[in-house]
Amino acid sequence: MPINYLLPAFLVERDTNRCIKCGACARQCSNETHYKDEDLDIMCVHEERCVNCQRCVTICPTHALTIKRHEQAQPLSNNWTGGYIQDIAAQAQGGAVLLSSMGTQKNYPVYWDHMLLNASQVTNPSIDPLREPMETKVILGRKPEKLVVDEKTKTIKTPMYPSRTLGVPIMFSAMSFGSISLNAQKSMALAARELGTFFNTGEGGLHQDLREFHDNCIVQVASGRFGVDRDYLEQASIIEIKIGQGAKPGIGGHLPGEKINDEVSRTRMIPKGTDAISPAPHHDIYSIEDLRQLIYSLKEATEYTKPVSVKIAAVHNAPAIASGMARAGADIIVIDGFRGGTGAAPTRIKDNVGIPIELALASVDQRLRDEGIRNRVSLVPAGSFRCSADIVKAIALGADAVYCASAPLIAMGCHMCQSCNKGKCNWGIATQRPELTRRLRPEVASQRIVNLVTAWNHEIQEMLGGMGINAIESLRGNRLMLRGIGLNEKELEVLGIKYAGEVM
Amino acid sequence: MKRIYAFEERCLNCRLCEVACKTAHSKSGDTFKAYMLENALPGRVHVEGDNQLSVAVNCRHCSHPNCVSGCISGALSKDPVTGIVTCDTAKCVACRTCVAMCPFGAVTVIEKAHKCDLCTTGHGNGDPACVRACINGALIFVESDEEQVKAVEDNVSGRGL
Repeated sequence: MPINYLLPAFLVERDTNRCIKCGACARQCSNETHYKDEDLDIMCVHEERCVNCQRCVTICPTHALTIKRHEQAQPLSNNWTGGYIQDIAAQAQGGAVLLSSMGTQKNYPVYWDHMLLNASQVTNPSIDPLREPMETKVILGRKPEKLVVDEKTKTIKTPMYPSRTLGVPIMFSAMSFGSISLNAQKSMALAARELGTFFNTGEGGLHQDLREFHDNCIVQVASGRFGVDRDYLEQASIIEIKIGQGAKPGIGGHLPGEKINDEVSRTRMIPKGTDAISPAPHHDIYSIEDLRQLIYSLKEATEYTKPVSVKIAAVHNAPAIASGMARAGADIIVIDGFRGGTGAAPTRIKDNVGIPIELALASVDQRLRDEGIRNRVSLVPAGSFRCSADIVKAIALGADAVYCASAPLIAMGCHMCQSCNKGKCNWGIATQRPELTRRLRPEVASQRIVNLVTAWNHEIQEMLGGMGINAIESLRGNRLMLRGIGLNEKELEVLGIKYAGEVM
Repeated sequence: MKRIYAFEERCLNCRLCEVACKTAHSKSGDTFKAYMLENALPGRVHVEGDNQLSVAVNCRHCSHPNCVSGCISGALSKDPVTGIVTCDTAKCVACRTCVAMCPFGAVTVIEKAHKCDLCTTGHGNGDPACVRACINGALIFVESDEEQVKAVEDNVSGRGL
């Protein structure tokens, strides 16, 4: 047998003064990392199989397990670091495109960490959200140019565009049935209903069990058109056209045939066991005019009752594209940053294509304002919102609401092992195996998501109150509330913010 | 009476209920000592099956328990008030009649007969240890009237979603 050049990435340490050999770790690990040697009566480890999902660590009744990064000495070269050498070894062995999941592992700047928020002192009062009203409601959809009110009847005379109201400025981004389990989708649907916000079906169709959540459902029309029919569009509250995804701009999707079981096949409306391939482009969209045709086809099909959203990856020309999208009739523009997650993407694309969401968001918002068309669309950034402060900063940069996916997944149990593409998720999220999906109970997982978003919403209210602002509406695009730290002139210019210490 | 109900739809075959039971019925109350020093008795709950399909089996505390009827030494008895079936190991002669008569395989004999006592013999409070240890809600301790059980079953099967 040839030598395997691939080194284990993790070490599994077992404290034998604690291990009781109950074997729970072995029975729970879908990667078959742990096993019991019956002859020696000890628990053993195939550490090369470990992906660091930490399932065994968390369930071990005596806390006997620790997973550590494998500390194999790296070459002394600055250029040939361990990651590249291992990638070459993997490709020399397999000859395939490298795949990986969730966000990029590369150390690009996170601009959220280079922006600071303001607070009121002396000259303007801060607000205590526990004692005074604080609105985190958000209305998504096109807003009219001006509002004409009939003073006599106290009614609005201006015709209004279809819009949707969110209780919190947070929605759950698109994750398809197929890439994640039905239980994971149900968890998000239940949480969205309780929070008064929206979950997104992704491009994999809408499972029958989720049709009761139609008031909280965004359905996607992506390049593969999986699961799209009249009922699908009618069930939706918002329809989203997916052009691109932050983690893999310019790339389509590929759900391997072994994941297309009965349920996925029925929901996606494709034969069981066949690969589900989403082309890189929509083959009927080669221009803004083509996009307009699809937007209006969808609006026509739903009798102009639903907002239509268009999602693109954050790329170099995002502002100009967004302007075109607004003019093409999109009611909501979603921009997905390159640190965003994915169930599977070519590693090189994920690590090298696209731009950070902070810069894309700032420049798109500015461009739409400069052109006087900002009211025509709601702007929703996505990709890598890690905490409530990131969201507040995004709103100050011009976002209407944000899309989060990784955060609710982590709330459900995801431990960011970045192995979704292997389909063996020990937390029952990114898998279709029944023995694994039953580990995720929607009623429990949804409550954890609700807790997370409720906590974030409290924090958002505290931060707004500190700035002396009592509504999300009043913070939107208010970049004077932001100051940069550790940024150069150009970065400040693109973000449209002043440096810390500069006054108005 | 309150009984433990087990649901195979939720059981993950982790067998942490067995660990918790063994700990709760050990002298030290410490998991490591229970396994490595006392090397004690088997868990009074045991999980049948594999990762594909499994379920925790424990004493049903039957209304008319066969084990009690068959017990030749009077060690097994059903409490007339609580309904809990327990074994007085001082009286047990390890004849294994109870093992043969139990339709659920819920009695184990290692020197003496051992079976689930719903953690009422001074080993814990509130829900039994196995129920508290279950990470996926596969064991539930509820009043065994029909309505309660049906509500739980609906919830487990997803009909109540």
